[in-house]
Amino acid sequence: MIETRGLRKSFVSRQGREKKTVEAVRGVDLDVAEGEIFGFLGPNGAGKTTTLRMLATLIEPDDGSATIAGADLRADPGEVRRRIGYVAQGGSTWDDSTAREELVLQARLYGASKSDALARAARVLDGFQLSDYADRKCKTYSGGQRRRVDIALGIIHEPKVVFLDEPTTGLDPQSRAHMWDEIRRLRAEGMTVFITTHYLDEADALCDRISIMDNGEIVASGTPTDLKREISGDVVRVGLPMEAVAAAAQALNTYKIETYDDSVRLYVEDGAVAIPQILRALDAADVPLGTIELHRPSLDDVFLTKTGRSLRES
Amino acid sequence: MKLLRDTSLIFNRQMQLLLRNPVWILVGVFQPVMYLLLFAPLLKPALQVQSNAAAYEIFVPGLLVLLAIFGGLFQGFGLIAELRAGVIERSRVTPVSRLALLLGRSLRDVVSLIAQAVIITLLALLFDLRVFIGDLLLAYLMLALISLMTSAVSYGVALAVKSEDALAPLMNTVAQPVLLLSGILLPLTYAPGWLQGIADYNPFSWAVNGTRALFRGDLGAPDVWQGLLIMAVLAVLAVAWSARMFARSVR
Ligand SMILES: Nc1ncnc2c1ncn2[C@@H]1O[C@H](COP(=O)(O)OP(=O)(O)OP(=O)(O)O)[C@@H](O)[C@H]1O
Ligand SMILES: [Mg+2]
Repeated sequence: MIETRGLRKSFVSRQGREKKTVEAVRGVDLDVAEGEIFGFLGPNGAGKTTTLRMLATLIEPDDGSATIAGADLRADPGEVRRRIGYVAQGGSTWDDSTAREELVLQARLYGASKSDALARAARVLDGFQLSDYADRKCKTYSGGQRRRVDIALGIIHEPKVVFLDEPTTGLDPQSRAHMWDEIRRLRAEGMTVFITTHYLDEADALCDRISIMDNGEIVASGTPTDLKREISGDVVRVGLPMEAVAAAAQALNTYKIETYDDSVRLYVEDGAVAIPQILRALDAADVPLGTIELHRPSLDDVFLTKTGRSLRES
Repeated sequence: MKLLRDTSLIFNRQMQLLLRNPVWILVGVFQPVMYLLLFAPLLKPALQVQSNAAAYEIFVPGLLVLLAIFGGLFQGFGLIAELRAGVIERSRVTPVSRLALLLGRSLRDVVSLIAQAVIITLLALLFDLRVFIGDLLLAYLMLALISLMTSAVSYGVALAVKSEDALAPLMNTVAQPVLLLSGILLPLTYAPGWLQGIADYNPFSWAVNGTRALFRGDLGAPDVWQGLLIMAVLAVLAVAWSARMFARSVR
């Protein structure tokens, strides 16, 4: 649904007399399949917004190519515009307009007739549970309500692909959970959803596949599960009485294992599969068992391995 | 036609928002009305004319042109607010015509200017100004062209600089000499030759002369068509340039 090759963009910014070139995006390849929620995870300044703005036809790439929903970004940006929706990071509503007015205008800018635009507006207002405030000025909305209006504006014309730039930043946990549901609903309606985020849990829970971006480059791509498995697999820590450690190590010698004073650590592909086997092996060897813990690597571990920094710190 | 349809969509929205706070139109005419009430009475002796009506014939057109220039040049501020709110970016991802994004806004500015011009003209009628309706409509056309041009320029510059802090001094720097060198407030009849020479290169000076001729009832004066033609050409150029700014990347 989205395919990019070697997308690049640099900005020249002036600081006093000096000109500085910022290479915001340096050669991005992406393949997003139809009907998936694709996540772009990266710290501030990674180049997520710049990439999205290029794909949304707002800025022209310096180099590279992209096909979006079958339309060529460089050759036919007009057709790309018709097929996509885009929700900017900073919002897009006007204080003195109401949600309904904004939605009707947006639908009409996409070519809908007046009656069609009104019907569409009513439908998405309903879908995003905004009907109660639809005729109030946008400046009176809460942050979460306003963000929902932004997203409703991005999908009012039922695009094939929608780009959501940090849809949940600044929302409280409950509104975030709601927003995740809304986004899953868009996928259920057949849309391909491309979101950016710097929340690890969001990338993990919401996205079918992600690309991790740092410093203008993609450092890893895949499903969250695969990415985590790829770096280290799961760790199972078995807590034991001190005198049982040696026996346990003997019983589990088919695993990659490290022994400690009061425990052993096993490095396994998939902890959920390994734990019953481990228990059986220990049981068979009559090793008394204390505790058992499963540690699954987080996306932060992935980020750390790929960039040498923790996403939480950067 | 798509351009027409898109332009009317943008125009209608902008008008709707303007009419939601019509007080801004009144705020806009406040200053010129003050000039009309407090400054114009000094003019009869200064201009050495016979009657108040004759003084107003010279002063009112200048005042209207002034209003058109300044009213237009400062429209960019509203656009910067829209840029900041993300409204422009939201429009730019749709297939809407980029020219319509500009024209819809500039036409609103033209309409609000003409509304202000009507208020001022009506007030001036109370002071014995007399002007034929046909001439007046042509004068309004001149004002419309001026305001179309200045507001388009202002939008283009606003898109280029993207900040109020840069726009304000820029517009003032442009507007002040234009104002002083056009004989807008007082005709340059008594000005020294070099000043008149400079004014000949100021397009607004031609516009003012044309508008004054219309208020005099001198429809046949070359000033009229020359002024209209110069303003029309400049308005087209300004609109073309500014529409390109809308099409280019923003932010
Ligand atoms: N118009 C611009 N002019 C100059 N530099 C820019 C411009 N837009 C972006 N940049 C720079 O490009 C880099 C990438 O910015 P971008 O907004 O794409 O990051 P991001 O991943 O979206 O970050 P965030 O999570 O903070 O939104 C940054 O260093 C930024 O300062
Ligand atoms: Mg961003």
